[in-house]
Amino acid sequence: MTNLIFTNARLIDPETGTDSPGWLRVTNGRIAARGEGDAPTTEAKAIDCDGKCLAPGIVDIGVKVCEPGERHKESYKTAGLAAAAGGVTTIVTRPDTTPAIDTPESLEFVTRRAQSDSPVNVLPMAALTKGRDGREMTEIGFLQDAGAVAFTDCDHVVLNTKVFSRALTYARSCGALVIAHPQEPTLSSGAAATSGKFATLRGLPAVSPMAERMGLDRDIALLEMTGAKYHADQITTARALPALERAKRNGLGITAGTSVHHLTLNELDVADYRTFFKVKPPLRSEDDRLAVIEAVQSGLIDTISSMHTPQDEESKRLPFEEAASGAVALETLLPAVLRLYHAGYLDLPTLFRAMALNPAKRLGLDSGRLSQGAPADLVLFDPDVPFVLDRFSLKSKSQNTPFDGQRMQGKVTATYVAGQEVYRRA
Amino acid sequence: MRFAHRHLLGIEHLSQSDITAILDLAETYVDLNRQSTKRSDVLSGLTQINMFFENSTRTQASFEIAGKRLGADVMNMAMQASSIKKGETLIDTAMTLNAMHPDLLVVRHPHSGAVDLLAQKVNCAVLNAGDGKHEHPTQALLDALTIRRAKGRLHRLNIAICGDVAHSRVARSNLILLGKMENRIRLIGPPTLVPGHFADFGAEVYDDMNEGLKDVDVVMMLRLQKERMDGGFIPSEREYYHRYGLDAAKLALAKPDAIVMHPGPMNRGVEIDGTLADDINRSVIQDQVEMGVAVRMAAMELLARNLREAA
Repeated sequence: MTNLIFTNARLIDPETGTDSPGWLRVTNGRIAARGEGDAPTTEAKAIDCDGKCLAPGIVDIGVKVCEPGERHKESYKTAGLAAAAGGVTTIVTRPDTTPAIDTPESLEFVTRRAQSDSPVNVLPMAALTKGRDGREMTEIGFLQDAGAVAFTDCDHVVLNTKVFSRALTYARSCGALVIAHPQEPTLSSGAAATSGKFATLRGLPAVSPMAERMGLDRDIALLEMTGAKYHADQITTARALPALERAKRNGLGITAGTSVHHLTLNELDVADYRTFFKVKPPLRSEDDRLAVIEAVQSGLIDTISSMHTPQDEESKRLPFEEAASGAVALETLLPAVLRLYHAGYLDLPTLFRAMALNPAKRLGLDSGRLSQGAPADLVLFDPDVPFVLDRFSLKSKSQNTPFDGQRMQGKVTATYVAGQEVYRRA
Repeated sequence: MRFAHRHLLGIEHLSQSDITAILDLAETYVDLNRQSTKRSDVLSGLTQINMFFENSTRTQASFEIAGKRLGADVMNMAMQASSIKKGETLIDTAMTLNAMHPDLLVVRHPHSGAVDLLAQKVNCAVLNAGDGKHEHPTQALLDALTIRRAKGRLHRLNIAICGDVAHSRVARSNLILLGKMENRIRLIGPPTLVPGHFADFGAEVYDDMNEGLKDVDVVMMLRLQKERMDGGFIPSEREYYHRYGLDAAKLALAKPDAIVMHPGPMNRGVEIDGTLADDINRSVIQDQVEMGVAVRMAAMELLARNLREAA
């Protein structure tokens, strides 16, 4: 193991909420020491950060890698390279593959592929119900033994409340985290947009933002009943926030995330039916976007994730209603959220609290922080460097990003996993 | 007059003067169509393909007659029976047709935005003959011409659009066009079929038809699109007719010279009383069909002029 010392860095520490100049020493893949001012002389290899930001690597919950089933859209290798280039040091993968990851055997396949191909940490999630079809719970205990860090049916809502309550109860006994997609699916079925003036003008089938709150309300009631550990994958509407706030105040085991797209884009960005802007849940109004940013600021919303969802050209080159949902975002996550920093909404420690510290804490990991003894999963980035995104420059196999051709500011300089450099910008 | 558009995809993109230009040109075609020899050669040598991904008899016939009277070579493709069933995507179908060098492509598709998508991929002029719940521009133009001829103007009128607004591209295009021409628009229907968001477009929304019809100049009925409904928007057809069907008693609340319109095909006894639909003193439904051919001839001529200039 090489030992490193980062000098002349701007340390972004989400634990203390500080953003200050200093140095950081890495020994045997872990953070050994840090301090202000001039770095002490050591034998470790010195990396002059030239005043750039050094932050804990991003822990991204909810990344879709399309193995098994649709390897042409994304493999562990390409997802890993994209993550490294985006400063993401841990990807927490979704089980909504074909077939779903719902047995210890299929989970082992994923783990093997990830270990051999990905330069960054991969932690797999498993399905909560077999085939993600909401009828029978998976072998939660065996799957945990095989390495599943959380259980989720992804965008499939477990419709049958009895099945969901039993799965939550059983998961609690295993100490397992359940991640759900709060949505009232009978209200949102067939929707491609959020109801409002824009969807009306474009003639798109739309869902009221209230469907999210109704789904969350049900899940909160079930948490009160079962005492399970629960994380809402994406809270995207203002209407859902008071319910979340109450549930937290009442001491339920609930946390919530949101996606980079819902923080940086709104429904009007769909413009003339641009299918790269079709995500699930659909983009919301500007009022919702601002409310969600405020909730990240206050800590009500705990995590930000990329919701990386690769789709090939064919599945997006369709009329909006028929086109597939989702966007790739491993590489654009950091530059996109930096828009919120440059616009003065959120400071860097707050962003890394939501992108690194909180997701790591929620999963019981010791990464996501700059404290002594934490793994040296680090991202070095320059928050100011401007560029225009060319989607064909992305390392993902699929290039369905809504940010194509847009001006961005902030690029990753280098990424380290356990003290090893896994990416350096050419 | 220069028509600064390559395609006719929606009313949203047109200005007041664009609309007036189409209507003025259409007037000349109304006259032509009433003569015994109905021929012009403004589209001669051009190829027009009608691609209908959704069933249509009336609109397709109207576009076909319009093209033929202007001398175009017209071909109809029933896309429902064709390659879509074999799994070909919309864009591949468009590229295939594009390789045959059509000049005018008339497209109807069940999904909103599909015609816009197709227009991005082909080199010819595209006319939207209806896309999902989005727009149906030639219908709004023919309605405008019908109103202008019946009322002598196309501004400062009180116009009621009644019925299944939510599922209607006709309603959207009309709402946009009549708004651009500075009319007051009322939308009438049960709230399940006329969502409140329509008030954001400057229209007044009524769920009581008797109140909504007071003193209007034009009553535009919409077809109750049964095939579009997931079910459960209205309790029954008979209750709908009772509350929102247009009959003589309800029409009596409008201005004495108010005209009655319907884009067809009508459900007699569901949204409109049969006798009223046939009343030549009030109903302009047959005029709408006639104006349809003229408006489509005008729109195609304007687009063809651009094609010839570009060539």
